Amino acid sequence: MRERSESIIRNIDWFTVGIYLVLLTLGWLTTYSAVYQAGESDIFDLSRKESKQLMFDGISILLAGSILIIDASFFTATAFFFYGGILFLNLLVLFLGNTVKGSHSWFRFGGFGLQPAELMKFATGLALAKYLSDLNRPDLKKAFVTTMSFILIPMVIIAVLQNETGCALVFLAFIIVLFREGVFPVWLLVFGIASIASAILGLKYPTMFWIFVFVMIVLGVGVFLLSRKKTWRLALILFLGIGFFSGIMHYTPIALDSISPHQQYRIKIWLGLPVTEKVEKKYGYNTNQSMNAIGSGGLWGKGFLEGTVTKNKFVPEHETDFIYCTMGEEGGFVGTSLVVMLYLILIVRIIFMAERQRSDFSRIYGYAVASIFFIHLVVNIGMTIGLLLVIGIPLPFFSYGGSSLIGFTLLLFIFLRLDAQRLMVLR
Amino acid sequence: MNPLAGRKYIILGVVILTAILYISRLAYIQLGTDKYKMSADNQAFKYLTDYPPRGAIYDRNGKLLVFNQVAYDLMIVPREAKGCDTLALCKILNITKEDFLKRLIRLCGNLESAKKDYREYIFESQMLPELNARIQEKLYKLNGFYVQARTVRQYPKPIAAHLLGYIGEVDEKYIEKHPYYKQGDYVGMFGIERGYEDALRGKKGVSIKIRDANNNIQGSYKDGLYDTSSVPGQNLVCTLDAELQEYGELLMQNKIGGLVAMEPGTGEILALVTSPTYDPNMLVGRDFPKNYGKLQKDTLGRPLINRALKSFYPPGSTFKLLNALVAQQEGVLTPSTLYPCARGYPPLGGKPKCHAHASPTNLSGSIATSCNSYYSYVFKSIVENKKYKNSVEGFEAWRNYVLSFGVGKKIGTDLPFEAKGIVPTVSYYDKVFGKGGWRASTVISLGIGQAEVSVTPLQMCNIICCIANRGYYHIPHVIRKVGDKEDPKWREKQFTLVKDRQIYENVIEGMSNVVKAGTGRIAQLPGIEVCGKTGTAQNPHGEDHSVFVLFAPRENPKICIAILVENAGFGATWAAPIASLLSEKYLTGKILRTDLETKMIEGDLIHKHPSGGAKPKPAQH
Ligand SMILES: [Zn+2]
Repeated sequence: MRERSESIIRNIDWFTVGIYLVLLTLGWLTTYSAVYQAGESDIFDLSRKESKQLMFDGISILLAGSILIIDASFFTATAFFFYGGILFLNLLVLFLGNTVKGSHSWFRFGGFGLQPAELMKFATGLALAKYLSDLNRPDLKKAFVTTMSFILIPMVIIAVLQNETGCALVFLAFIIVLFREGVFPVWLLVFGIASIASAILGLKYPTMFWIFVFVMIVLGVGVFLLSRKKTWRLALILFLGIGFFSGIMHYTPIALDSISPHQQYRIKIWLGLPVTEKVEKKYGYNTNQSMNAIGSGGLWGKGFLEGTVTKNKFVPEHETDFIYCTMGEEGGFVGTSLVVMLYLILIVRIIFMAERQRSDFSRIYGYAVASIFFIHLVVNIGMTIGLLLVIGIPLPFFSYGGSSLIGFTLLLFIFLRLDAQRLMVLR
Repeated sequence: MNPLAGRKYIILGVVILTAILYISRLAYIQLGTDKYKMSADNQAFKYLTDYPPRGAIYDRNGKLLVFNQVAYDLMIVPREAKGCDTLALCKILNITKEDFLKRLIRLCGNLESAKKDYREYIFESQMLPELNARIQEKLYKLNGFYVQARTVRQYPKPIAAHLLGYIGEVDEKYIEKHPYYKQGDYVGMFGIERGYEDALRGKKGVSIKIRDANNNIQGSYKDGLYDTSSVPGQNLVCTLDAELQEYGELLMQNKIGGLVAMEPGTGEILALVTSPTYDPNMLVGRDFPKNYGKLQKDTLGRPLINRALKSFYPPGSTFKLLNALVAQQEGVLTPSTLYPCARGYPPLGGKPKCHAHASPTNLSGSIATSCNSYYSYVFKSIVENKKYKNSVEGFEAWRNYVLSFGVGKKIGTDLPFEAKGIVPTVSYYDKVFGKGGWRASTVISLGIGQAEVSVTPLQMCNIICCIANRGYYHIPHVIRKVGDKEDPKWREKQFTLVKDRQIYENVIEGMSNVVKAGTGRIAQLPGIEVCGKTGTAQNPHGEDHSVFVLFAPRENPKICIAILVENAGFGATWAAPIASLLSEKYLTGKILRTDLETKMIEGDLIHKHPSGGAKPKPAQH
């Protein structure tokens, strides 16, 4: 028994633990700077955000340690239990929770809050892993429907009932897992990406519509003539395909005009479509200020605590969703690219680890972990540098907040524990 | 093994490509453009400028010529002017709402861009304390407005407007070339204010404040690490004698022309009068544009032109003195050289013409009678000197001599916009007459200072300084000290090419005779030996200009004066008396000839001018 636990400690991927600690430290320093006001700081004052965050960090490390001593079989056995239990919490919060800025996703205990949606991520990962690894002779269609239900049910609850769209969108990351496991049809993925691309093209270049249609028809005819079997089915597919995507291109701009002006303007500004200066000022404010902050950092940044845009209230949500701006302004390109590189290493490392598992369960869960980190990275940083629409989700280990931090720690360390037992076949 | 295992490469590829895309994007916004940095700085920093007082200017006797008075600029930050009580403001400034909007449009281009323009503009400049007090009362209602204390220039005496110059607000073009200046700054535009701008302006200080998204000041940026304090402008000590300047302006009133008085031993300009002139207090503060327009519209007197520095005229007989010096140095003239006169220059059939006088004359006599024939012979002898291969070389030699007296080039005074004047070149005549197509006789009027040669009154005075100093001059200048520093350049002697002291004495003897017994008798002063020369500068547009030059006393001269009165005819009528009164005032400190003084002061030559006939030649560089 003792020998076994020693081998488990030896098998823990300390490299990943190291990256975790580095990110945690950088994250706390950034939070500290983001909430810093000259002349007032006392990290023992628990009403202050930097102190709270330090406490959350401590709790997370303790939690990480405890997870590492729980046997991996515990997670396979309780996967559905976690999924069901946390899903229930997410419903319960609708009745017992507080309403903050239109969102119904928070339990409040004194000065602290708990957002069960943050915990739903690892639970969904576990459930997917459990379900897919238990399939003996997979019926792909049935597996697709079931797994998509696992994903969509919490999404709908969080997006529609809790009114936390950003948090819900994160669950789309599990499509990467399904893709890896062959459950998600490749044609659907291609079709989805092509549809989104057509919609964006249609919005961005509405006048180019006919040229695109023409080019697509020429390409279609070309494909048909060059293919070896010139059947009517190929012709029909090409014909329908061209028609469908042209339709999307043509109708997206029309559809855009019918949605709420708020969403409409956000999308227009994101795509760089012409809007009045007033609209640009109002709806582009977050992105503009965020890019001012990051862009003004230069190569080395303005130095710790020296930001002017992230301080002085120019950047909204500067300690939570826009925490990356503080890193950008004070740490410069060195800081921002360091963060991207650390995440890249973390994600690549997790994928590498996932692929070395003997258990399907561990591999699938590993991909879930990598996917969640990836989508947070892409969406959060993407919005601060003006590449993506502003969608409010946290940057793992950086953004202020206990729930998300605990959620990410659970997510990662369950996988580290599974990996420590990678030579075993888990059931 | 597993056919799906290959998909990890697709996933890894997407992750890595995304990271590369993001890092490139970061590189662009953080390293590739300073758009965001500028925008961030603009909104986060507020630069408060500390304007130093501009230096004062004193005359040679310590009398104040220019000082500062506190004035207030009403500044506007258009973006922040939302909700401003414009009605109250318009009432105080006595303007209509339309005027208000018009000003805003002038500042920002249009009202739409005014709404987001966070730059500071001067909305009303140089308000006096009384107006400022009324603004201060209402300032709490005037969002986006604030008052900045500045100074305006004040002139205790309404003299020397052209010399002192004026300051004005910098424009876009100027700022582009001179990044020290910012919108709303003042800069010397003319005269000493321009020439000594760097010393007078001092150095602006700046303090950088941090402001938040609500435009509230949060404190000093980096505790004032980058703040600088202002350095006051330096005071200047001018070489002018304020009393002499004032007297010169009084004598020159209602006349057109210029006069320069200098101390030959130092090159210091004692008085530099151009007429008509104006009160320098006109070009100050809020009334500047209105008054400037008025002065600009006066096409008869053209009071904005500094005739003493910038207008050039044929020097007339004064130039004969120069030719007498050159000819002696070249060895083709002695004091006893005799030349005939037949009411003109005989070899060319009496051209140039002369008046009736005893003939022939020697050198001294030629100066006293101002004989045109004599100096035609003299000039011919210089140009056709046997020691040169041909007359082109002789002409070239003559020209070099002339240039060494500070004629035909910028002398290098410390005042901006001095004119070069004209001494024609060989290539000029080659162009006009063809190569080899001209000889001394072709250009003979150069001998008597007519035709193509032109000098400014300043250059004329400088020639007299050379004679008074017997062979050198100091570069004429108006500023003796900047702060407590003197420019060593002014001490250097600029030697002419005519070296021999006796040569000068021979000419001075003639000049002395002019005043003792010749055409310049009116310039006599009791107990002081004055040397002078009358002149008439031909004016193809109307009556000739009256010229007089003098220096006194003969030994150890204290003052040199050159004066030109436009369209005033013979030099003895107007130019000589005015020059003489000035020298009397300067050398004796009082005026005994009050009748003459009254006559000169009351003389009005402007209103007898043929209209448009007083045009000075356009300036050339
Ligand atoms: Zn004669």
